Amino acid sequence: MVEWTDSERAIINSIFSNLDYEEISRKSLCRCLIVYPWTQRYFGGFGNLYNAETILCNPLIAAHGTKILHGLDRALKNMDDIKNTYAELSLLHSDKLHVDPDNFRLLADCLTVVIAAKMGPAFTVDTQVAWQKFLSVVVFALGRQYH
Amino acid sequence: MSLSSKQKATVKDFFSKMSTRSDDIGAEALSRLVAVYPQTKSYFSHWKDASPGSAPVRKHGITIMGGVYDAVGKIDDLKGGLLSLSELHAFMLRVDPVNFKLLAHCMLVCMSMIFPEEFTPQVHAAVDKFLAQLALALAEKYR
Repeated sequence: MVEWTDSERAIINSIFSNLDYEEISRKSLCRCLIVYPWTQRYFGGFGNLYNAETILCNPLIAAHGTKILHGLDRALKNMDDIKNTYAELSLLHSDKLHVDPDNFRLLADCLTVVIAAKMGPAFTVDTQVAWQKFLSVVVFALGRQYH
Repeated sequence: MSLSSKQKATVKDFFSKMSTRSDDIGAEALSRLVAVYPQTKSYFSHWKDASPGSAPVRKHGITIMGGVYDAVGKIDDLKGGLLSLSELHAFMLRVDPVNFKLLAHCMLVCMSMIFPEEFTPQVHAAVDKFLAQLALALAEKYR
């Protein structure tokens, strides 16, 4: 089980409570598809992904980004048992969606970059440490049920 | 995954914009590396203080960033231009190349924090590729 200090919990909660889900999620997923174009393999049915501009304007991508980011709410509400919280989602990504789990890390990195841009100097070293710890636990949990 | 001429131009342009803050970015990036990935402190056991924000960490971050800027100038032939740095890393420092990726990530985070408008997804993609190419050139002499 992952141990969280009070300070880490406070930092994670604070980030989420100030989050503009739509803006951050759209920017993060778009950034992932642009910076790591091979991730587009999972979005064949999502319309025009021809170049960065079309990706950034794509409403299906924006909607899906929001869905993904709200998926993190589950981890936020169950920080003491993220592994089991994501067991079902992990199986879904493995058995139905067939997503290479390394992609979770790529998206997590893009999310970190977008939040850093939003928060600027408020994204302190301690904030980054707590945030990346949270994301790495989520990423691990999502890959845990692959078989 | 080599850089197109457009991407090289994007990298040079962004690094030029960044130059007034390059020391800060270098210092911050190394501080964040040792904080977020504490195992990287293993390379700095000879320092009295390898904690994030400490003087030796900040100073070394600036040195590393200087090296990155130098590499921007050699963007058309990273392997050739970074030969002696590669030998240094291969035979003296022996830094596991996985750490180049971790430091690159921390640099990208700092760039994004300090230049949120300029660090667009396209710039991010070009700089990420450049740092990956730089890492490959640094690891060239490893084996």
